[in-house]
Amino acid sequence: MAKRIDVKDLNVYYGDFRAVEGVTLGIDARSVTAFIGPSGCGKSTFLRTLNRMHEVLPIGRVEGEVLLDGVDLYDKNVDPVAVRRTIGMVFQRPNPFPTMSIFDNVAAGLRLNGTKNKAELTEAVETSLQGANLWNEVKDRLDKPGAGLSGGQQQRLCIARAIAVRPQVLLMDEPCSALDPISTLAIEDLISELKNDYTIVIVTHNMQQAARVSDRTAFFNIAGTGKPGRLIEIDDTATMFSSPREKATEDYISGRFG
Amino acid sequence: MSAVTSLSESAASAGPGGAAPGDLSSPASSSRRAKDRGATIAMHSAFVLALVPLAWILWTVTSQGYRMLLTSQWWMNSQRGVTVRDFGGGAYHAIIGTVLQAGVTAVISVPIGILTAIYLVEYGRGVAARAVSFMVDVLTGIPSIVAALTIYALWISTFGLSRVGFAVSLALVLLMVPTIVRSTEEMLKLVPNELREASYALGVPKWKTIMRIVLPTAFSGILTGVLLGLARVMGETAPLLILGPYTKSINFDLFSGNMASLPTMINQDRTEFLDAAVQRTWGAALTLILVVMLLNLAGRLIARFGKV
Amino acid sequence: MVTTTSPPPDVALTGGRRRGPDRIFRGFAVSASGIVVALVVLVGAFLVTKASPSLAADTASFLSSREWSVADPTNLRFGIAQLLWVTVISSILAMAFAVPVAIGVALYLTHYAPARVAKPFAYLVDLLAAVPSIVFGLWGARVLMAYVQPLQDFLKSVFGWIPLFAPTSVQAGTIFLASIVLAIMILPIITALSREVFKQTPNEHKEAALALGATRWEMIRIAVLPFGRPGVISAAMLGLGRALGETIAVTIILSTTSGAFSWSLFFGGETFASKIANAASEFDTPSTTGAYIAAGLVLFILTFAVNAIARIIIERRKAFTE
Repeated sequence: MAKRIDVKDLNVYYGDFRAVEGVTLGIDARSVTAFIGPSGCGKSTFLRTLNRMHEVLPIGRVEGEVLLDGVDLYDKNVDPVAVRRTIGMVFQRPNPFPTMSIFDNVAAGLRLNGTKNKAELTEAVETSLQGANLWNEVKDRLDKPGAGLSGGQQQRLCIARAIAVRPQVLLMDEPCSALDPISTLAIEDLISELKNDYTIVIVTHNMQQAARVSDRTAFFNIAGTGKPGRLIEIDDTATMFSSPREKATEDYISGRFG
Repeated sequence: MSAVTSLSESAASAGPGGAAPGDLSSPASSSRRAKDRGATIAMHSAFVLALVPLAWILWTVTSQGYRMLLTSQWWMNSQRGVTVRDFGGGAYHAIIGTVLQAGVTAVISVPIGILTAIYLVEYGRGVAARAVSFMVDVLTGIPSIVAALTIYALWISTFGLSRVGFAVSLALVLLMVPTIVRSTEEMLKLVPNELREASYALGVPKWKTIMRIVLPTAFSGILTGVLLGLARVMGETAPLLILGPYTKSINFDLFSGNMASLPTMINQDRTEFLDAAVQRTWGAALTLILVVMLLNLAGRLIARFGKV
Repeated sequence: MVTTTSPPPDVALTGGRRRGPDRIFRGFAVSASGIVVALVVLVGAFLVTKASPSLAADTASFLSSREWSVADPTNLRFGIAQLLWVTVISSILAMAFAVPVAIGVALYLTHYAPARVAKPFAYLVDLLAAVPSIVFGLWGARVLMAYVQPLQDFLKSVFGWIPLFAPTSVQAGTIFLASIVLAIMILPIITALSREVFKQTPNEHKEAALALGATRWEMIRIAVLPFGRPGVISAAMLGLGRALGETIAVTIILSTTSGAFSWSLFFGGETFASKIANAASEFDTPSTTGAYIAAGLVLFILTFAVNAIARIIIERRKAFTE
């Protein structure tokens, strides 16, 4: 079942440079948590530490704890590959595998993790595509290349691909920033449906989007160039947008930022 | 940037000779226009000049060599028992040799080359990667005759073995590996990082990501590099002179006996002026060019149309 | 809709560490790289160990002698002076012929040819690189020679008083002819690399020049050429490296004259590569072979140095543009 995440005093580094400093927060299961903040505040970097994607970079390094239902993801007995299988991710730009058909794209995660049973794959592909609200649009052309879809469809394909491996948590890194308004709406609708089954964390620089889709909102900020990003506050989205505790949050939300 | 400073200089110098401000009808001064036209003519002629040898060589080789290729025995017979003054015989033995030697070269070089490129792009960091990359550069610059001498020193001087097809292949490996590494490296770098991340985010281990996502995405480009590399080693002659003496007979054995190849077949009669020998030489040259250019063309077509 | 998604299973994060395959695959990649490094070491080590006994036994000055008698193991007398001269002068001359044409072709393909045909035209030039070198040699000796000879005679009669153009005993298979063929052979690589750098000229530079009222040629001269200069130089060096090591075409064309030595371009002789190739059948004793391997070693060092310079120029340029 969907799990909750607790982060304790997390520091994120690029080489010697500290990009994110001292983040402590909790993310509820089966809810949507949005990360907002100005560019370069470390919200995407922080998101990528939640499924250990940050360390894929040769100079990426993390200190602190990320607990998934109490299990520290950075414990030395934990396999980062298993972490990523448990915590899925959707990226800023849709990135379907260009050599694969729609079907193969959705089945990729299962296949690459060793599922060979054809019936099982077919069922998972259909379920996932339905889950991503894409089934009706593509069911007649599952063998066509995934790259042939529109941008919004591609992003939903990537969501289908992510949920096909049945993760506990779904991380979304500005999933709509490359999409037009109609596709954005489709994704937002999808997010509110998906939260019944998944814990969702979404990074967005669009505050209306955060207000529309999220239950809780975390505001990240940066004191200046070269300084690490920090978590300013996290609260229920409604509270956050009506009466934030911090001045910086209010400035940012009301557009008086910078 | 130096270009910026020279821009302003030239603007100043163009001033007096140039058009009066606001006068659109009078174009740049006649000397400037003449220079511009001169340059245009020079560029066009440079291009034509570059094509002359290509056309000329292709014409010479085709017109001199095509007769042999039209006979069926050219493709099915060796030169066994055919003397220098005899017409007839074929290039089958030489084609076999060239294809076998190049094939073995590819079988050895391609895995080494691709894995090295994978190391450089996907794993290599810091000093170790720079050292490997430097060594690939060194290998790229090795003249084919030096590669041949090295294998001679190893295979014949040190191990006391004889000049056989496999020794030629080993020398060609030295020449083919760096070309495969470089072309594969370029192609792997073109694979967007987002695809690797998408795969990692699905919980796919790195090696499977490379084998199942990265390599298939770069496949057509890698194949192009392999075909171009293969075309290059097929045309190499220097290693054959040192390590692969010619024979007129068919030999399928890479480990014993002389093995013919198209370049050595050309080399065999190249100083003869007898009609039969001349035709044989050009025929072999045309055959070699056809093989090499077909591989080359196939490689380019794959690069052009293989992209998904 | 979402009800169709079955509840996610519990995946154990610990215990199931399957790093084995990853480690094995990485091991393969590292080993292949190790092989590449070993190959280079192999080349260097074998050339040095096989050449040094002969070098030690050499009774002539290896660097300054023009002698080459290596048949008698008890009295080895060999030097590379003439080989070095013929190799270097033929390659430099080839570069001098090829570079201006290559720059012209590259500029034509990037700035003059209609966009529609630029690609196929570029491919035609690349096709020249696909012609095997033995075919170049054969064509040079059998066909081109007859056309170059009148030009040679003319140059000899007009500039014969300059040592570099002096008439010699060699009639046809001259350094001059070899250089022309080498120039054609290295043209595609210089063109291709120059084309790449010209293509990368920032559009802002070009538009800035045009906005000042520059003609197309002036735009090229003030924006494209300065930007491309380091790239063109390194391309020329890489071409030079190819020319230095070219074997069979030079072997076929050059007359291996035994006549009185001349500094003239219209003399014959042998390059490192052609010397080795011509002697391939006389590699019988270790000392004889060693002498030729010593020549090969010098060629290796020479091409290595030239290629290294080319790389350094490219790296320096990268440092500026990035």
